[in-house]
Amino acid sequence: MHTRRRVARSAALTAVVLMMVVGLACGRKKPPVERPIPPPPPAPAATAGRPPGPPEPVAEPTVVPPEPVKEEGISASNLDELNKNSPFKAVFFEYDSAEITTTGQAALYEDAAILKKNPKWNITIEGHCDERGTAEYNLALGERRAVAARTYLVSLGIPADRLRTVSYGKEFPFDPGHEESAWAKNRRAHFVVTAMK
Amino acid sequence: MTRLLPISGIVTAALMLVTVGAEQQPPPTQQPPQPPQQPKEIVTTITAEGGVPRIAIPDFIALSTDAETVSVVKTIAQVLWNDLDFEREFALIPRDTYSTIPAATSFNEIPFDRWRELNADGLIIGTVQKTGNVVRVEARLFDVKRATSVFGREYNGSAANPRLYAHTISDELHQQQRGLRGVARTKLTFDSDRDGDRVQGTVENRGVKEIYISDYDGENQRRITISRSLNITPTWSPDGRSIAYTSYRKGTPNIFISNIFQGTLDDLTKSVGEDWLPTWSPDGTRVAFSSTRDGNPEIYVANRDGSHVIRLTQHPGVDTTPTWSPSGTQIAFTSDRSGTPQIYVVSADGLGGVRRITSESYADRPTWSPLPYNEIAFASRTGPGFDIKTIDLASGQIRQLTFGEGTNESPAYAPNGRHLVFSSTRSGKWQIFTLSRDGKNVRPVTKAGNNQQPDWSK
Repeated sequence: MHTRRRVARSAALTAVVLMMVVGLACGRKKPPVERPIPPPPPAPAATAGRPPGPPEPVAEPTVVPPEPVKEEGISASNLDELNKNSPFKAVFFEYDSAEITTTGQAALYEDAAILKKNPKWNITIEGHCDERGTAEYNLALGERRAVAARTYLVSLGIPADRLRTVSYGKEFPFDPGHEESAWAKNRRAHFVVTAMK
Repeated sequence: MTRLLPISGIVTAALMLVTVGAEQQPPPTQQPPQPPQQPKEIVTTITAEGGVPRIAIPDFIALSTDAETVSVVKTIAQVLWNDLDFEREFALIPRDTYSTIPAATSFNEIPFDRWRELNADGLIIGTVQKTGNVVRVEARLFDVKRATSVFGREYNGSAANPRLYAHTISDELHQQQRGLRGVARTKLTFDSDRDGDRVQGTVENRGVKEIYISDYDGENQRRITISRSLNITPTWSPDGRSIAYTSYRKGTPNIFISNIFQGTLDDLTKSVGEDWLPTWSPDGTRVAFSSTRDGNPEIYVANRDGSHVIRLTQHPGVDTTPTWSPSGTQIAFTSDRSGTPQIYVVSADGLGGVRRITSESYADRPTWSPLPYNEIAFASRTGPGFDIKTIDLASGQIRQLTFGEGTNESPAYAPNGRHLVFSSTRSGKWQIFTLSRDGKNVRPVTKAGNNQQPDWSK
């Protein structure tokens, strides 16, 4: 009984001390404060005689970057080798369009054949845009292009679960130029092998 | 409600200290503690005959002689000059035109005759005293004609960021003299490739983008993400303590929230579909974004913790780039359902119809203005590139703010609605600029690398 009460009391004490510590720690970190000082009476040079109280600290909280998130990367270096000399043909698009052209259909026909020959490969289809649209809308347009390519591959018999899509909008141009020859290269669905099971 | 982040922090601190003290030792009397007596404020405003008051801000008076104080007195005066000049409520007299006026050594020895000769209506003068690591800054605004002080404030803190004293004085002065909510203590956020890091796990040579923040004037630029991937479209939470953004750190774009003062990261969308362009409800409890989780880009709203996701749009076209109305009851967004990207409005509960509000050749990135303005800013295709325009929601009237200097995208409003921040190629690479809502006063914020998709804290 005695012991329990003592434990209870020391727990209470600890709690109080903890609150003090927390309070002080927070107090130290707290950001700016101003204390209004009333203007002195409207007489020339009437500035004396105001007893200053203890002003409070001005400080900004420190910005801390969040913990890094581990990459979910695929480790196989032979994937890199494969993608460096990619057997896949990219699909190119008309300006502001996500429609597969006849040239695009031909490319996708060949890509589907490669996927059928390598049934263990999973691929990510990246959608890309040229720089002429807005950064925001291009995220959606790039997605449209990637999805259009995937839909066509599925129609050619490739299981949808082997085909992931990701849109990069206009963030990763293949050609940094500012003319039609560069733009044409940047309006594309681009294939990356992401797994060989 | 949201601006005075530092102040509300202090109030909490003060309350906590009071609580601790009460537990530590009981109060000597039974009387409840009295709040400190604040004499009623006598508001006197500086006026000028037939015009904008002319204000001079000489270096503050150094009451301690160390090198740091001597540098701080110049910094505070110059930054305060810039801060007041930014809102254009006063005509700031160039600081080099009064270098010959003898510096005052105290508030009692101000040569008002000399300041009258300069045609100054108001004179801001202050003192800085450093004791140990603590500086005390006092600032006064004098009515030069009457030689009286009409504004006085006193601050105390570290000397680490003297600009913050100037920003605080500026905001208080605008409030007291003009009833205006200044933006001197607000912040910007944007994405940047300036570090030159490359994306890992790709055979292509791709640069990463990380999220940065800065003061409203571009000072104190700091990186707040370290994921070495593509991080774009940051937006400030209304309390200024968190930033939501699109991150490709897991391979696909998803919404993450960095709590920038705690250093913690929240995964809002849990990698469901592809998610872009988060934007906070005005009360900070919800986040709207676009997502392909149902197969097509649509607008969704989730609670701050990612729960209770509701879908606002139902259209086979693209619906993207949401922005909240100041009341939180409506959301404007971009849709290409008519064939080209245009701005539409839907109610935030998803009920009711969708209303189209623009007929541009191409319009995107709507940003709803804060009150009292009732308008939406957006990027509009005006030629080969884009320019910033606004549309008044009552009259439908369109105003163009930029005119073909480079391409101009991604406008966002300052919390008082008097300024916008946007990204532009007018100086070469993509950089962040601010401008007044009348299109004047374009000021650069960034210089290094490419910087895009800015947002202004609330």
